[in-house]
Amino acid sequence: MQPFTKLTAIAAPLYRANINTDIITPMQYLVGTPRESMGGIAFAPWRFNEDGSENPDFVLNQEPFREAEILIAGPNFACGSSRESAVWALQGLGIRAVIAPGFGGIFANNCYQSGILPVVLPEDVVAGFARQAEAAPHTARFTVDLENCRVIPPQGEPVPFEADALRRSALLQGLDDLGMTKTRVTEIAAFQEADRERRPWIYPGS
Amino acid sequence: MGKSLFDKVWDQHVVAELGDGAVLLHLDRVMLHDLSGYRALKILEERGERVVHPELALGAPDHTALSAPGAQTAGEPYGRVGPEFMELCKRHGIRAEGVDSPGFGILHVIGPEKGLTLPGATLVCGDSHTCTHGGLGALAYGIGSSELVHVLSTQTIIQKKPMRMRIRFNGAPAKGVTPKDMILYVIGQEGTAAGTGYAVEYAGDAIEQMGVEGRMTICNLSIEMGAKIGMVAPDDITIDFLKGREHAPKGADWDAAVAHWRTLKSDADAQFDREIEVDVSEIKPQVTWGTSPEHVVAIDGVVPDPDDAPDPDAREARLAALDYIGLQPGQSMEGVPVDWVFIGSCTNSRITDLRAAAEIVKGRNVAGSLTAWAVPGSAAVKAQAEAEGLDRVFTDAGFEWRAASCSLCVGANGETLAPGQRSISTSNRNFVGRQGPGARTHLASPVMAAAAAVTGAITDVRKLME
Repeated sequence: MQPFTKLTAIAAPLYRANINTDIITPMQYLVGTPRESMGGIAFAPWRFNEDGSENPDFVLNQEPFREAEILIAGPNFACGSSRESAVWALQGLGIRAVIAPGFGGIFANNCYQSGILPVVLPEDVVAGFARQAEAAPHTARFTVDLENCRVIPPQGEPVPFEADALRRSALLQGLDDLGMTKTRVTEIAAFQEADRERRPWIYPGS
Repeated sequence: MGKSLFDKVWDQHVVAELGDGAVLLHLDRVMLHDLSGYRALKILEERGERVVHPELALGAPDHTALSAPGAQTAGEPYGRVGPEFMELCKRHGIRAEGVDSPGFGILHVIGPEKGLTLPGATLVCGDSHTCTHGGLGALAYGIGSSELVHVLSTQTIIQKKPMRMRIRFNGAPAKGVTPKDMILYVIGQEGTAAGTGYAVEYAGDAIEQMGVEGRMTICNLSIEMGAKIGMVAPDDITIDFLKGREHAPKGADWDAAVAHWRTLKSDADAQFDREIEVDVSEIKPQVTWGTSPEHVVAIDGVVPDPDDAPDPDAREARLAALDYIGLQPGQSMEGVPVDWVFIGSCTNSRITDLRAAAEIVKGRNVAGSLTAWAVPGSAAVKAQAEAEGLDRVFTDAGFEWRAASCSLCVGANGETLAPGQRSISTSNRNFVGRQGPGARTHLASPVMAAAAAVTGAITDVRKLME
């Protein structure tokens, strides 16, 4: 997994509330689609017209936002279905960080498995970022700095954000959860041994 | 300080504290389906990992199986993933219920049905509606495929402890008001993100009087208000439900389990980060008008005016929803004609749902050219319904009596509406494109769906109840 330390990049404004993961990766394209191809179906209902051509009105079809590596999204971004394809689709588009007032809880956990950073900031701050990106697209280079836990917008002061110590350290090192837990197999075995005594009915055949 | 139900179950599963409120949590059960579970097993193999406790896992290809009786594997989506998913489960020693098995069904229906879902157990599945299992007092939630790989190869997950919310449903529901209406009402009041970051406990006398299946319906929709976890404290109703089920504990284990389950309730002085009180007597049958479960009104209500939205963003969202759904502000919900009726999904496909819907359908006929499907949540539910003659009630009226599958809830099996068609559906999401590109979905209870089937339009079911 690619470590996430500090990223300076174009940020695309997609400030709408409650964008769900069905929109990010619609079911009709999903079954059996390889993880590596998910970028091609990202936001399909908005990104493409019915005939398959690009919708020029959609922000991610516009310059310079095609090259965006940061997404500025609205409240409750990526709510709904647990499908991890939503993360892989953003990754396929080249997105490495999403700034929003809030995220669907399952999506946020999925982000950490692929090295994508979800940044939570207050609504007025994120809305302000979106306005900056819209007003001056070509100079809308934001810095998301996980080392110092701050976002530096093109204009204005750096804004600090909170990151869980565990998640931050894993992203900085490029570790997903499995890498961290593999060091704890003896603790898990000890838990299960004691738990089999406490709750034998949980373990078939014990 | 006392502990909540959630805290008790959580604390009993902490393997290690990881700092900052995060823990390594032990998982007692893991469920795999043909989309996320299939992907997880593929990733697991790519990474050279192995399934450490296959005996704690259950698989079923519920998403891509067709609901066509006798032809459930015939669809193209099933062909792409179903057989390989079954093979992957077999290779890793995981019990998987194929479509031909009498144990087949939607995972969130068959887990409880088999007695695999137990009070106080932790359970995950690569599916956001895993919260359904909380209806039995399990701590259950949806995760992604990578997290599933973690669970399969370590039997644990890294999870930050959520905040606690309690929703008390006080009083008794009026005629025609079901658990689905109760939870849709709350989502309408609180919004689709109100539960984000919380584990929700449902309590109050309406919950205490409710059967396990109704509790599962309520817990199922927790994720539609943002909460990954919904739970109801186990009680005599839960214990009666589980007793004698295939995989429920037996003998001395049963007695020990029951004694343990009786300790799983919130202490009188348990602290919650948020408490919501709901007067159930005020709730009427609900129906959604838009493209989010929070876009919901009582059946005698009208489509809200976007200009009345609390802020400009909400106004934009409502305008977009109305454009998609094809309704006008101020329009009555009652009388909106529908093309499709879908009774099914992990929300409302259990025997009590089918009985309630059949009660409305009995002696009436499906209206006009409307297509009405009844899709039982499992092969066992289907068999039970047939033993009770419910299949005949539905088919005599003009319904199609289908086989167990997620079916029209999510369209993963290719079963979808045509663009522009309108359905009333007992499922859980009215999102844009959820039932197929351009499809328009109105969420409601099984009896409301049944009422629309026999009248041809969204109808106040209370008018059909004698």
